[in-house]
Amino acid sequence: MLEIREIYKTFNAGTINEKRAMNGVSLTLNDGDFVTVIGGNGAGKSTLLNLVAGVYPVDSGSIAIDGQDVTRLPEHKRAQFIGRVFQDPMMGTAATMQIEENLALAARRGQRRSLRVGITKAEREEYRELLKILDLGLEDRLTSKVGLLSGGQRQALTLLMATLKKPKLLLLDEHTAALDPKTAAKVLDTTEKIVRRDKLTTLMITHNMRDAIAHGNRLIMMYEGRIAVDVAGEEKKKLTVEQLLALFSKASGSDEADDKLLLG
Amino acid sequence: MEFLTALLRSMPGAMGQGLIWGIMAIGVYITYRILDVADLTVDGSLATGGAVCVLLTVNGCNVWVALVIAVLAGMLAGLVTGLFHTFCGIPAILAGILTQLALYSINLRIMGWGTDAGTKASLAVSVNDYPLLVSSRYIRDLTLENPLFLLVIFVAVVIALLYWFFGTELGSALRATGANQNMARAQGINTNVTKVLGLMISNGLVALSGALLAQYQGSSTIDMGRGAIVIGLAAVIIGEVIFSQIFRNFALKLLAAIIGSIIYYIVLQFVLRLGLDTNDLKLLTALVVAIFLAVPYWKGRYFTKTVRKEGSRNA
Repeated sequence: MLEIREIYKTFNAGTINEKRAMNGVSLTLNDGDFVTVIGGNGAGKSTLLNLVAGVYPVDSGSIAIDGQDVTRLPEHKRAQFIGRVFQDPMMGTAATMQIEENLALAARRGQRRSLRVGITKAEREEYRELLKILDLGLEDRLTSKVGLLSGGQRQALTLLMATLKKPKLLLLDEHTAALDPKTAAKVLDTTEKIVRRDKLTTLMITHNMRDAIAHGNRLIMMYEGRIAVDVAGEEKKKLTVEQLLALFSKASGSDEADDKLLLG
Repeated sequence: MEFLTALLRSMPGAMGQGLIWGIMAIGVYITYRILDVADLTVDGSLATGGAVCVLLTVNGCNVWVALVIAVLAGMLAGLVTGLFHTFCGIPAILAGILTQLALYSINLRIMGWGTDAGTKASLAVSVNDYPLLVSSRYIRDLTLENPLFLLVIFVAVVIALLYWFFGTELGSALRATGANQNMARAQGINTNVTKVLGLMISNGLVALSGALLAQYQGSSTIDMGRGAIVIGLAAVIIGEVIFSQIFRNFALKLLAAIIGSIIYYIVLQFVLRLGLDTNDLKLLTALVVAIFLAVPYWKGRYFTKTVRKEGSRNA
């Protein structure tokens, strides 16, 4: 479903702030794969997701989604294949617009926006039903401005928007990191529910190793712009935090791998 | 008493000016409030609208056709600013200033079309010789020639059209672009296109306002748009301060800008009658807008109470 080949990305090339963020990463995701991504600060996790989403272009290498080369496509065109949830709860929704308006915008992802009415009556009913899965009571607040919602509610709504039109690829960039533990658990729970229901191909960055082990069928760990560890299937199911730390030390060639490095 | 009668007598004029500039204020509302961009093109595109409309009218063109072409000219100015901003990557505020400056030369050329010099700083169009749509001459008449009738219809049509447009898929995309560009792009909206479109609509309205203003006052002048952005902002802000609590609907918010503009011109008449020098008006306007913009900032900075974030309980 996703095929990344040998991508490189350097920020601020030629300056003293030069940072090689992506160092020849290749990664193939099969249809329905749910891959969790971990790694320390600056390891390249977010850069990887942003390159796939087209926030900025790759220096070299190629990215294909469902067999179609998207390397040269701008962000808004790639959006037809991709659903995204960001770390910052403010980033995924339009605060000054209503809940139903936000959903209606998401429902038209990948379509030409015409002079037809922006939200139909039938849609409203559909959204009311869909919002129930979040279990936050938002189904009764369709016309509330999103700016009135809490961070957790906004993140849950963003998740719903990202998956409203079944995306070929779901990108979750530490989408629970800014939430309190209880809310984070709930949003993650909903994520799992939706991903399973729609069998979505998913890349999820997390800062929490336990979450990374508990969710998905495959786990990759990034280090200095490369994929240092890649575990899947039965091996991933049996994985423990201690084993993960050991794997990381081996891959990065240092035995200083402690929680700090990984947890950022 | 004499003061009051004089003030009352000036009310129809204030209404007329207020309605015309209100259309301009709606243009400012679209960029400043919806797109979240301060577009300074308007100082130039207002005069462009007036210049194009008057030039065509005195050359025998139908007034309605002249009006439409004036709007198209304004949209073209918006397109240029939009391309400066999106295609050339120039910050929006500077892109607007560049277009505005360029329009100064262009407006001189428009008004000087066909003359020997090729440029002209003003162009008169008398209601005696041409069937103008609106003229200040009839502002106190109780006939259908009174410009207030037509102006109210213009305003109503503009508000209705915008209300419809911003409810469409495309209009929603434009609002999303102003609200959160990241979100807009993640939902597949080409934010460059929506920004350019917003600037075009805005400047088209501003040019319409300029065309009506030129007819109303019987001439277009090169500096008729000077400080227009500030007057537009003043109208938008006055409208918001007074009506933000009661006007929730989008159409009513636009109406608030119109009423804000009318109030602005009524207050203007008032201070002029009190003896304020006309030359000091722009200073006064700038100060009023600065204060109205500063108050919400001060409120947020110096007078915030620690309030629990709304809704966090249900998170």
